Amino acid sequence: MQALTNRSKVVSKKEMTFMERMYLPAIFGGMMITFSHFFRRKPTIKYPEQKREFSGVYRGQHVLKRDEKGAERCTACGLCAVACPAEAITMVSAERKPGEENLYREEKYAAKYEINMLRCIFCGDCEEACPKEAIFLTDRQVSVYGQRKSFIYGKDVLVESKDSPIDLAKRQTSSVKEFKLHKEFGHNQTYDKNKKVNAGGHH
Amino acid sequence: MVFSTYIIYKAILVLAVFAVTLLVATYSTYAERKIAAFLQDRIGPDRAGPFGILQPLADAVKMFMKEEMIPSVSNKWLFILGPSLAMLTACLTGVVIPWGKSLFIDGQEFSLQITDLNIGVLYLFSVVSMGVYGIMIGGWASNNKYSLLGGIRASSQMISYEVAMGLSIIALVMTTGTLSMKEIAAQQHGWHWNVLIQPLGCLIFIICAFAETNRAPFDLPECETELVGGYHTEYSSMKLGFFLFAEYINMFISSAVISTFYFGGYNMPFVGRWIHDPNMLAILGVVFLFVKISFFIFFFMWVRWTLPRFRYDQLMNLGWKILIPLSILNIVITGAWMMRGEIIQLFTK
Repeated sequence: MQALTNRSKVVSKKEMTFMERMYLPAIFGGMMITFSHFFRRKPTIKYPEQKREFSGVYRGQHVLKRDEKGAERCTACGLCAVACPAEAITMVSAERKPGEENLYREEKYAAKYEINMLRCIFCGDCEEACPKEAIFLTDRQVSVYGQRKSFIYGKDVLVESKDSPIDLAKRQTSSVKEFKLHKEFGHNQTYDKNKKVNAGGHH
Repeated sequence: MVFSTYIIYKAILVLAVFAVTLLVATYSTYAERKIAAFLQDRIGPDRAGPFGILQPLADAVKMFMKEEMIPSVSNKWLFILGPSLAMLTACLTGVVIPWGKSLFIDGQEFSLQITDLNIGVLYLFSVVSMGVYGIMIGGWASNNKYSLLGGIRASSQMISYEVAMGLSIIALVMTTGTLSMKEIAAQQHGWHWNVLIQPLGCLIFIICAFAETNRAPFDLPECETELVGGYHTEYSSMKLGFFLFAEYINMFISSAVISTFYFGGYNMPFVGRWIHDPNMLAILGVVFLFVKISFFIFFFMWVRWTLPRFRYDQLMNLGWKILIPLSILNIVITGAWMMRGEIIQLFTK
């Protein structure tokens, strides 16, 4: 049978020689190995002071984006909740009343939008499912709490504030935007720009 | 020397040795964690104070604050006696170790050894062999099968390795011709270190010292993987702290004994050429002894974080089938070398 890797070794149970049975040379060798590690550079990151740099496409805590005018993009279509494999997302929709145009972009909006961060597996399927470019995963980490109910994030946490919008420049590059136009592509397929796509695209 | 001066001086010395022993043991826990970390490419404790230097303090506070548990099925008095005995015997051994040469103040001699017993080596061995009682009683009194197994392992391991240790010391006593620790240390001035005269005995002694202090690779009485902590499974709070602390004190004393027996004690070659003031030499001697002790404590930790634990039958094999015959051989060779004149005469007659 062909070996899967070239790392396999045939185990030999030969009698040990006298030198091997003395163990001392082997012990000395082992101690030299550990001693060489003594002076090695430590890969430790001292967390609160030092922080590991995240990849631009790190999938952390979600954000509900606003549009250029500061109105919420989410229309409570529920596609993210359907796409969610962990069933972490729930929402209640409501109709926009006259005079609320600066608050919500379209006629329908999410009156309540909750993500259970304990259920969420940060797969990013909600982001992919969203037709309104409303929900995104960011490079922020979910905090630690003492109670389970604290992990259910409502709109107060999820919607970005008007004053300090969340920067998505790293993950929403032009190619990503273009990729997201074609809903027939899943996560693991790569999008080829030159390939003619005959599907209807979005909307 | 006036009697009252003598009493006060000895009291101060006893307290000093006790304090230093505790201090070194305390910081051995810190050193252990740091060395373990560095050998494993980690940093180790670095939060309490600069470089984590206050970590032992934090550990001690934690130990004191923890809930004190005495199992209802245990034998209460023996349960308390166990860690106390372990601590007591660990602290007793520092008495006979010569920490340095004598100081001379106003023409009076102040010995840096608490007491120079003429049977110091025997005293040391008797106290060290008492050390197993703490562990044994603790393991037995817990009324827990893991603790009992740990206690049994500890006692049989210590008894086995004490034989080899004693035999390796017999060869040393044959060459030095004395049982006094002070004289053994004094004989090793310059380069007359006993390790050069008794290399095999030294090796056996160091191996047995590892076994006697329950340090890896001989830490079978307290192995977490098989015995859930061994003899101290049922212990909590400062009683557990005492057991762990006793181990570090034992390690410190073992290092001091190894240094004194085989590595020249407070002697350092060549220093006498440049420094002639006896008091200065005595103080430097203490420093040298502590440098050696530090090295051996590091060595203990280094070995612990390199070698895996022995299997129990391997441990017994090593003790009874290898170390004891080797130490007897060592005695025979030493004896033959000391009597070489007579032996040659016998054959050339």
